[in-house]
Amino acid sequence: MELSSLTLRSAQEMLRSKQISSVELTQAMLDRIRKIDPQIQAYVTVTEDVALEQARRADERLATSENVTPLTGIPFGVKDCLSTKGVRTTCSSKILENYVPQYNATVIDKLADSGAVMLGKHNMDEFGMGSSCENSAYFPTRNPWDLTRVPGGSSGGSAAAAAAGLGLFSIGEDTGGSVRMPAGFCNVTGLKPTYGRVSRYGLIALASSFDSIGPMAREVYDVAAVTEAIAGLDKRDSTSSTLPVPQYTQSLGKSVKGMKLGIPKEYFVAGMEAGVESAIHKAIQQFEALGMEIHEVSLPHTKYGLPVYYLILFAEASANLARFDGTRFGLSVRDGAEDVIDVYLRTRAAGFGDEVKRRIMLGAYTLSAGYYDAYYLKAQKVRTLLRQDFEQAFEQVDALIAPTCPTTAFKIGEKTADPLEMYLSDIYVTATNPAGIPSLAVPCGFSQGMPVGMQLMGKHFNEETLFQIGHAYQQVTDWHKQLPPLG
Amino acid sequence: MTKYETVIGLEIHAELQTASKMFCGCSADYASAPAANTNICPVCTALPGAMPVINARAVEQAVLVGMALNCTINPHNTFARKNYFYPDLPKGYQISQYELPIASEGWMDVPADLGEGTQRIRIRRAHLEEDTAKTFHRGDHALIDYNRAGVPLLEIVTEPDFRTVEAALAYATNVRAILRYLGVNSGDMEKGVLRFEANVSVRPIGSDELRTRTEIKNLNSFRALTRASAYEVERQIKLYESGGEVVQETLGWDEARGVTVSQRSKEHAHDYRYFPEPDLPPLQLAESFIESFRAHLPELPEAKTQRFLRDYGLKLQDAALLASERSLADYFEAVTAQTKDSAKVVCNWLTGEFMRQINDRALSVDSIPIPAAHLAQLIDLAFDKTVSGNTAKSVLVEMFQSGRAPKDIVEAQGLGQISNEGVLKEMVIKLIADNPKEVASYLGGKETLLQWFMGQVARATKGKADPQAVKQLLLDEFEKLRK
Repeated sequence: MELSSLTLRSAQEMLRSKQISSVELTQAMLDRIRKIDPQIQAYVTVTEDVALEQARRADERLATSENVTPLTGIPFGVKDCLSTKGVRTTCSSKILENYVPQYNATVIDKLADSGAVMLGKHNMDEFGMGSSCENSAYFPTRNPWDLTRVPGGSSGGSAAAAAAGLGLFSIGEDTGGSVRMPAGFCNVTGLKPTYGRVSRYGLIALASSFDSIGPMAREVYDVAAVTEAIAGLDKRDSTSSTLPVPQYTQSLGKSVKGMKLGIPKEYFVAGMEAGVESAIHKAIQQFEALGMEIHEVSLPHTKYGLPVYYLILFAEASANLARFDGTRFGLSVRDGAEDVIDVYLRTRAAGFGDEVKRRIMLGAYTLSAGYYDAYYLKAQKVRTLLRQDFEQAFEQVDALIAPTCPTTAFKIGEKTADPLEMYLSDIYVTATNPAGIPSLAVPCGFSQGMPVGMQLMGKHFNEETLFQIGHAYQQVTDWHKQLPPLG
Repeated sequence: MTKYETVIGLEIHAELQTASKMFCGCSADYASAPAANTNICPVCTALPGAMPVINARAVEQAVLVGMALNCTINPHNTFARKNYFYPDLPKGYQISQYELPIASEGWMDVPADLGEGTQRIRIRRAHLEEDTAKTFHRGDHALIDYNRAGVPLLEIVTEPDFRTVEAALAYATNVRAILRYLGVNSGDMEKGVLRFEANVSVRPIGSDELRTRTEIKNLNSFRALTRASAYEVERQIKLYESGGEVVQETLGWDEARGVTVSQRSKEHAHDYRYFPEPDLPPLQLAESFIESFRAHLPELPEAKTQRFLRDYGLKLQDAALLASERSLADYFEAVTAQTKDSAKVVCNWLTGEFMRQINDRALSVDSIPIPAAHLAQLIDLAFDKTVSGNTAKSVLVEMFQSGRAPKDIVEAQGLGQISNEGVLKEMVIKLIADNPKEVASYLGGKETLLQWFMGQVARATKGKADPQAVKQLLLDEFEKLRK
């Protein structure tokens, strides 16, 4: 069994045909994590006991063929911002270093019910604030393709784990590109689903109106299968959609001939790395060869995407992070404190990293009296315009194509000195979240030896179309099959 | 000296009596919780990742209250985050309603300043929010009980329309009665289910400016509301009179010392940084949903008072008293329907001896232990003169004690009234024969002795004689002697 190239789909077949048991597969994965992960550091916590117990129960289900789902017995890892009962959940922050939740996120419950096997929790930028995984309070995760480079962020651990074969899929979270941008950097396929498609209950919130939990894996089929398992209405998340969940894997394989692909002209301007641009153009030619019609479209408010995204994110995050006060859970700095509010101040000063503090302060500022209208309210108005841009484009085309990042993975330390430059690496992926639309990141080539990702953006709740197009592409290309040079 | 006018606006925070909390499934009945921190879950203790879900019952109750206060019910209303750090606020923000509350622009009429007619108080808004946890101090520790955290609250805000403390009190009393009528709040102020905040300012009479106001927070009783408001009015007038200025600030009420105390000045006022709650989509209420509640709206105290005046000819004070509590009003009507006697007599019973028994026994009008049929029966026994008025009162006491029907009590204790004229006449003739001195005295002009003769009969019959009948017999006999 070649674990490094194993896909979810092929593992499924091996489990069902009893070529391998889930316990064997899980043990092999745990061994691989032990061997490979010290160089990459994708995992913050490895849950060996949980994994082996879940694998044993999956094997019982597989043995009787009862209640077997496409994910039964499949080992995976999850970004450390999803609440896992009895398993430390840190958001890669000092403030949650020893926090063990009392409850599972809905997605974790759904995966457990499907029989999937949790290997552990992935490293990330602290509270999802970052684009390189360097903002983890513990350690940076390294890009499996080049250990001197970042895996992207904030779901860097999840992308690196999926790329390095340290789990057959990852559960990431995308607030403004946090699944797609690292997926592109690490050569994996990843979905940011429509806002409301996947329950956020138990997801430690960054920006509540953007946060979208999505899977990352080797190929579109795998991502579609996981999306099917985790999507759907959740009474505990009032923003989750009542729309039924399609059987995504069933629609794969349909021809894309005659479908319309839009190229947003505002995304193809100066500043893109040459190798990235040529990889995207080759992908567009590939879609043309598949029979798709290519149209140039305009998203006129694109230049406001990044500021709108950050303004709203700062505001929502500043409130979301208020509960980390050292009173009920997590770090609590009480020594020397004069009163309860002083405990708050000391705990938050000691527990939050610089980027987190920066965003809380910016968020509180943009919401404060006298500034609300100029910042938060204006950003919400422009958000409506961004959304309308997409809606108008989707009157003309079925999907939009764009890079996931203007560059390939940068060096560790390269952008840490300048937060603004770091923010700019998300220039192509942030606008989708204020608009709420789905976007699928798919590997589409290499530039100077590093992977390039493209994203396919679609209409609200039309993940199916994105899977159909992405799958068709992967049937005629093998970029997604390229593996990082690991032992 | 300048004459001043009082300007008061009121905020009432009413807990709603729902089974579960505002945004989670935990029991809202924190008063009955077996111990601290037992009615809690990830949502109301704000564990990372937990999300709120709107309590439909709380929405329904808010709609009812809004309607009862003549508000517009807003079909599109939104929740917002009110951000501030405080130990009793687990999320670091309170989920409230800000820009688009569930109800707005209502009114209530209260008795006008000079007693004649009514004055209309404008109600600015009523919005849903969540209660906080409770903090306890033990030595140098602060302990927090989250059982109350997340209990639904309805905040009802008036315009600064009160010109007297009495008007504010009348309004607050009425709101409490309405909340109890709707079954959405027990009105039990000792338990803190109803709390007031008064915004007070004063201005020279004739002026229509709104001067700097102070906010008195956390007033937990009508007494505190009136005392604190009256104190604040006086304090501000004295300030102006001595050439000072009122400072905008938040005040507390020191009940023991009877003074308001500064808690927070304007410079230190919170900037709550309100913004729309992204975890809750706007609440959309269908017009048909809203209208379905209009039909459920019970007759409210004011309308009931008017009907009691009209239909039963009661005095205003009595009608208002009976209508102030839905259960009492219902009881009054049930008894009236079942007795031969008039509604006025029933009213006299209820506002008199009956209410005394309820109060003496520390009972609530919500759980009257006497079935309406029993009270009606007792009133009939008096009406038929089977028992005297005095006996009826003691039968009522027995009814409260034993729970038995009045007829049973009267029979078992032989309390039936002696109204047989033959028997009474014999007693009266004997009495006159046995007491010639008193008779002579009476006939000589000392007519107050009539009471003494009546008392003798009452004593001999152990109170069972019909006093009216005895009086008449005595007068008849004396008349004969005069001739």
